[in-house]
Amino acid sequence: MKPNPPFEKPLLEVRQDEENTLNVILQGPADISTAPALIRQLSASVPPNQTIQQVKVDFARVTRLDDYGAMVVLRLVQILKLNHDQLSFVNLAPEHEKTLALVDFGQPDCRIPSHKSGNLIIRLGDATISVFQGGTLFVEFIGAMVFSLMRVLKRPQSFRANDAITYMKTTGVDALPVVGLISFLLGLIMAFMSSLQLSQFGANLYVASLVSLAMVSELGPIMTAIVVAGRSGSAYAAEISTMKISEEIDALVVMGFDPNLFLVLPRVVAAMVVVPILTVFAGIFAVAGGLVIGVLMLSLSPGAYIQQSLEALSLFEVMWGFSKSVVFALLIALTGCFRGLQARGGAAAVGSAATSAVVTSIFLIILFDSVFAIIRSYW
Amino acid sequence: MGANDIIRVENLAVVYGEDHVLDGVSFTVNKGEIFIIVGGSGSGKSTLMRHMTGLEAPAGGNIFIGDTDIAASGSKDFSATLKRIGVLFQAGALLGSMTVAENVALPISEFSGLPAEAVAAMVQIKLSLVGLECYGEHLPSEISGGMKKRAGLARALALNPDILFLDEPSAGLDPVTAAEIDQLILHINQTLGTTIIIVTHDLDSIFAVGQRAIMLGRESGHIIARGAPADLRDHDPNPEVRRFFTRKPPDT
Ligand SMILES: Nc1ncnc2c1ncn2[C@@H]1O[C@H](COP(=O)(O)OP(=O)(O)OP(=O)(O)O)[C@@H](O)[C@H]1O
Ligand SMILES: [Mg+2]
Repeated sequence: MKPNPPFEKPLLEVRQDEENTLNVILQGPADISTAPALIRQLSASVPPNQTIQQVKVDFARVTRLDDYGAMVVLRLVQILKLNHDQLSFVNLAPEHEKTLALVDFGQPDCRIPSHKSGNLIIRLGDATISVFQGGTLFVEFIGAMVFSLMRVLKRPQSFRANDAITYMKTTGVDALPVVGLISFLLGLIMAFMSSLQLSQFGANLYVASLVSLAMVSELGPIMTAIVVAGRSGSAYAAEISTMKISEEIDALVVMGFDPNLFLVLPRVVAAMVVVPILTVFAGIFAVAGGLVIGVLMLSLSPGAYIQQSLEALSLFEVMWGFSKSVVFALLIALTGCFRGLQARGGAAAVGSAATSAVVTSIFLIILFDSVFAIIRSYW
Repeated sequence: MGANDIIRVENLAVVYGEDHVLDGVSFTVNKGEIFIIVGGSGSGKSTLMRHMTGLEAPAGGNIFIGDTDIAASGSKDFSATLKRIGVLFQAGALLGSMTVAENVALPISEFSGLPAEAVAAMVQIKLSLVGLECYGEHLPSEISGGMKKRAGLARALALNPDILFLDEPSAGLDPVTAAEIDQLILHINQTLGTTIIIVTHDLDSIFAVGQRAIMLGRESGHIIARGAPADLRDHDPNPEVRRFFTRKPPDT
């Protein structure tokens, strides 16, 4: 804010003639341009005196009045903690009267309860309840999905295959460059780091086994899933939540469509088809990355490297990685859509739906990966 | 430019793809008048308003607000001109992450130089103008469509602009509230001398507040009628125009 000018033209005069009556005389314009100065002069000249029972505002010398000028009077009333019947106007021109008539100098009389939530403890409780309700809703959502799936099995033509194909492209084909690049570099780094250790034992060739085994059964599915969660899980949530807040989903419901079948199922199917394929590509790119290190730094022949990579893999490992990625795809698509459907409110809800979709699905991916590890150790 | 006009639109052309939405549209708005833009749905009224407020650059023609060419945005005068205008969008366009009061407070606290308590008092005044004094703490998603419209109006009025653009201010309002908004528009026009440009289909409010009107043609993209609303209703040579202002279907 600008500092007070050293000399400011006085715009009001305050006089306390009688015992508890304050006379305020406004002079010159009282409008949006002079309101800051008026407010400054008001707080400087009004005594913080509780005995004042009556305020008279004199408009005789007011040249221009708008609702900003009226606001100055309202502030006067507020500062002195008066009621509006303790306020009176003198020398009021008809056009000024009109402006003041629109302003309510008392407290607004509101019967509408505010939607604002209460204190910290209440909000903590609300948050806890909504976490549990979120869990219940998710279970309900899964149940509804099963019903939608059954309906589709009964009436296959109700499945929106064209939508599913579009999502396969955006979720799968469009993600290939980034998944490929990340896996290639990951394979490269893994081969390089492990070769530092393994070459001490002259076990250079096992770099190939390490890279292919780790990528195909463990890191490939996880990396791919995390990339897809960030790219597409968030997109699903954003699309669906935008539709939700603009009542598009409500429109679908009243037209008799099942939004789960219409919006969720195509996305789930698309993700479950393309994510495993992306995972296979991730493995191939990782092996290629390792191959670069193996050939350039460890002087292995490409043939031997690939041979060793394939030998390290059993069919079981491949299928294991594959089935994990199917489960991850299901998790990503379901949480993305679920968070989208949960959205309430305005534009901010879209952002938080996308964020929480990514956070939740990455958490679930890691959780289920540990479940897979436990299953495998008791196999 | 004449002494009296505050907005001048010259030969405005707007093209979306192949679609010539507006073509050769010229008119002036006088200082301190209430100017009505009517036309069938999809005739380009909102588009015209978006161009008059500098949100979109025209394919051809000029738009002057005062002496500033609003189409040549980026000029230094442009942002000064923006502070002189207030706009109510067709759907309210409130910021969803802020409460109604915060939406109205936004321009006031940014541009008026008032301390916080005075801003709050000003917000209270503006909200009570539109009858929303009790809804300041609500989020836009928690109020009805008509209330969003009124909150958007309060925000457009926040800085007592010289020129006010209102896109369908009474759409979605009950007749009583719509009449109150008309009174508010007249009051602002009379007490502050605000120039007000209104896009509306509401015949009652056109005849209650409108001083001059233009009507956009649905297909041509031209202005098909201009004049005082009552004259257009009673004396315009074009039956389509008379029908519009009397709310009659063709062939009656
Ligand atoms: N961004 C855009 N891209 C393409 N066409 C557009 C765009 N915006 C508007 N149009 C077209 O311009 C025409 C005019 O639209 P506009 O929103 O201005 O109509 P309107 O007169 O305000 O109608 P309503 O009374 O229904 O609000 C329409 O035919 C519309 O299809
Ligand atoms: Mg419109």
